[in-house]
Amino acid sequence: MEQSNTTPREARRRAWPMEKHRVEDWIGRIYTSICVVFLIAVIISIVYFVTSKGVATFAVNGVSLKEFFLGTNWNPQADTPSFGALPFITGSFMVTLLAALIASPLSISAALFMTEIVPSFGKRILQPAIELLSGIPSVVYGFIGLSVIVPFLREHVGGQGIGIGAGALVLSIMILPTITSVAADALASLPRGLREASYALGATRWQTIYRVVLPTVMPALLTGIVLGMARAFGEALAVQMVIGNSPHIPTSLLESASTLTSVITLGMGNTAMGSIQNNALWSMALVLMLMTFVFVLIIRLLERRNRL
Amino acid sequence: MSTVKVNQKARKRAKATDKLATVLIVTFAMAIVAILLGLLGFILFRGLGHISWNFLTSVPQTMRAGGGIGPQLFNSLFLLFLTMLITVPLGLGAGIYMSEYAKPGKLTNFIRLVVEVLSSFPSIVIGLFGLLLLVNTFNLGFSLLSGALALTIFNLPLMVRITEQAFAGVPKEQKEAGLALGLSKWKIITSIMLPVAIPSLITGTILASGRVFGEAAALLFTAGMSTPPLDFTNWNPFSPRSPINPLRPAETLAVYIWKVNSEGIAPDATQIAAGASAVLVIMVLIFNLLARFLGRTLYRYMTASRRMS
Repeated sequence: MEQSNTTPREARRRAWPMEKHRVEDWIGRIYTSICVVFLIAVIISIVYFVTSKGVATFAVNGVSLKEFFLGTNWNPQADTPSFGALPFITGSFMVTLLAALIASPLSISAALFMTEIVPSFGKRILQPAIELLSGIPSVVYGFIGLSVIVPFLREHVGGQGIGIGAGALVLSIMILPTITSVAADALASLPRGLREASYALGATRWQTIYRVVLPTVMPALLTGIVLGMARAFGEALAVQMVIGNSPHIPTSLLESASTLTSVITLGMGNTAMGSIQNNALWSMALVLMLMTFVFVLIIRLLERRNRL
Repeated sequence: MSTVKVNQKARKRAKATDKLATVLIVTFAMAIVAILLGLLGFILFRGLGHISWNFLTSVPQTMRAGGGIGPQLFNSLFLLFLTMLITVPLGLGAGIYMSEYAKPGKLTNFIRLVVEVLSSFPSIVIGLFGLLLLVNTFNLGFSLLSGALALTIFNLPLMVRITEQAFAGVPKEQKEAGLALGLSKWKIITSIMLPVAIPSLITGTILASGRVFGEAAALLFTAGMSTPPLDFTNWNPFSPRSPINPLRPAETLAVYIWKVNSEGIAPDATQIAAGASAVLVIMVLIFNLLARFLGRTLYRYMTASRRMS
C-alpha cells in the first residue's frame, strides 16, 4: 500500500513479475519443443525400424532383390520357399491407377459443378456432404463393396465378382470425396477477376472453365489426384475384403488378385516375428513406405509449380 | 460481311459446346451425388433394422445368431478417449511450436516435411510399427494402450495441422495487444490466443475423433482382434476383466466389422456387419454434426458476434 518506503523484500516481489515472465516463457518453450522432438523421434524410428526389418530379407535371409521385385512366384511356406512379390506390387499399382482413372473425371466434374455452376448451393449443401463422406471409415466402404459391388459384378458382368475390378471400384468411391474436396478448394480460391475477365471477353462458361480455370488450377487438381492415389495405395482392409487375395498377376479385371497391403494384413498374424516369411512382409511394408515418400515428393513438386 | 457470319457460326458452336459441357458436368456431378447418397442410404437402411438396444449392449456370438456389439462399442469409445488424452496435449504443443515459435528456415521446413510424411503414411504401416515397437519391444502386448499409442501416431499430424491453422487464424492485433501489455509469449499464447483459437480447435478435434473412431488397419496388430469377457461391475483398472484396464486386448467396432466380413461364421454375420456399419456411420455423422454445431456456438460465445447469422 505505502509506495514510498520499499523494503528490499518488497522490491524483490515487485521484480518478480519479470522473473515470472521468464519462467513462463521457459515452460512454454520447453513444452512445445518436447512435443516437436517427440514428433520427429516417431518418424525417425518408424523409418528406421521399417527399413531395418525390410532390408533384413535381403541382407540376413539372402533373398535376392531380383527375386523379390521381379519374381512372380509367392510361396513362402514351401520346402524351397520363393518370395516373388511382383504380383502384389502390380496389384497395388493396378488398383491405384484404375481407381484414380475412375475417380478423377467424376470428382473434377463434381468440383466444377459445386464451384462454377451452382456456387451457393454447392457451398452450403454439397461441400459439407462431401466432407462428411470423406470421414466414412474404410471398413464401411469395404462392406459396401462386399454387399453391393461384388454381387452386382457377379450378376451383371461375370466371374466371381471379387477381384481387381471390385477393388478398384471400392477404392475409387473411397477417394472420390478426397479428390473432390481438394479440387473444390482450389477452384473456390481462384481470384474472381480471372473468371470475370474471361466472361467480359465474351467467352462462354465452358470456354472459361476449359481455357482459363482448369489450366490455372491444374497443379492443385493433380495434387488432389495424387493425394487420392496415396490413400488408395495405402488402404488395406477395404481392398483386402473385395480383391480375392490370390497371389497371381491377374489377366483380367474380374480375376482375383492381391495388393501389398492385403498380403501384409493377412500374413502378419500368421508368421513368427523374425522368420524369413515375416521379414518378407516387412519388405513389402518398406515398399509401401518408399511409395509414400514418392507421393509426398510429387505433391511437393506440384505445390512448387502451383506457387509460381 | 463474311467474317461476321463466320463469327456468328463460331459463336453458335461455342454456345452449343457450352450447353453440352454443362449437361455433362451436371450429369457427372449428379451421378456422384446419387452414388454416394445411395450407398450411405443403403448402409443406414440395411443396418437400422438390425439395431436395437439389445444389439448395442449384448456380447458377440461366434457360432450362434443374435450376437451384439456391446464390448466393441465400448472399446471404440474408450480407445478414442485414451487416444485423445495422449494426442491433444502433444498435438497442441507441436502445433503451437509450428505456428508461434518456429522460425522460417531449414529446421522448420524439415518439421513440416515430417508432419506431411507422417500424415500420408498408410495406416497399416503404422500398425506394423506399433506391433514391433509397442507390442513386442515395449512388451505392452495387444492392448488398449498399444492401440491408443498407435492411433496417436496416426492422428498426431492432423492434430498439429489443426492447431497450427487455428492459431494462424487469431487476429494479429490481439497478439500485439498482449505484447503491448508486457505479457510473456507463453502467457499470450495461453490466455489470449488459445481462447480465440478454441472454436476451430474443438471443431478440428471432433472431426479427427471421427477418423480415429473408424480406423481399423492400425489396430489389427496393436489393440488386437479379441476382447476378454468383460465384467462391467469391476472398475479396478488393474483387474484383467475390468473394462477400463488399459493393458487388456480390445477389438474395436471397425476391426469387428472387418473380422465379421472376412471370417464371420455366425448365421447372421451379414446382418451384424450391416448393423455395425450403420452404427459406425451414425457415430461419424454425430461427430460431424457435433463439430459443426459446437464450432459455431463456441465461436459466437467466445467472440461475442451473436448478431451474425
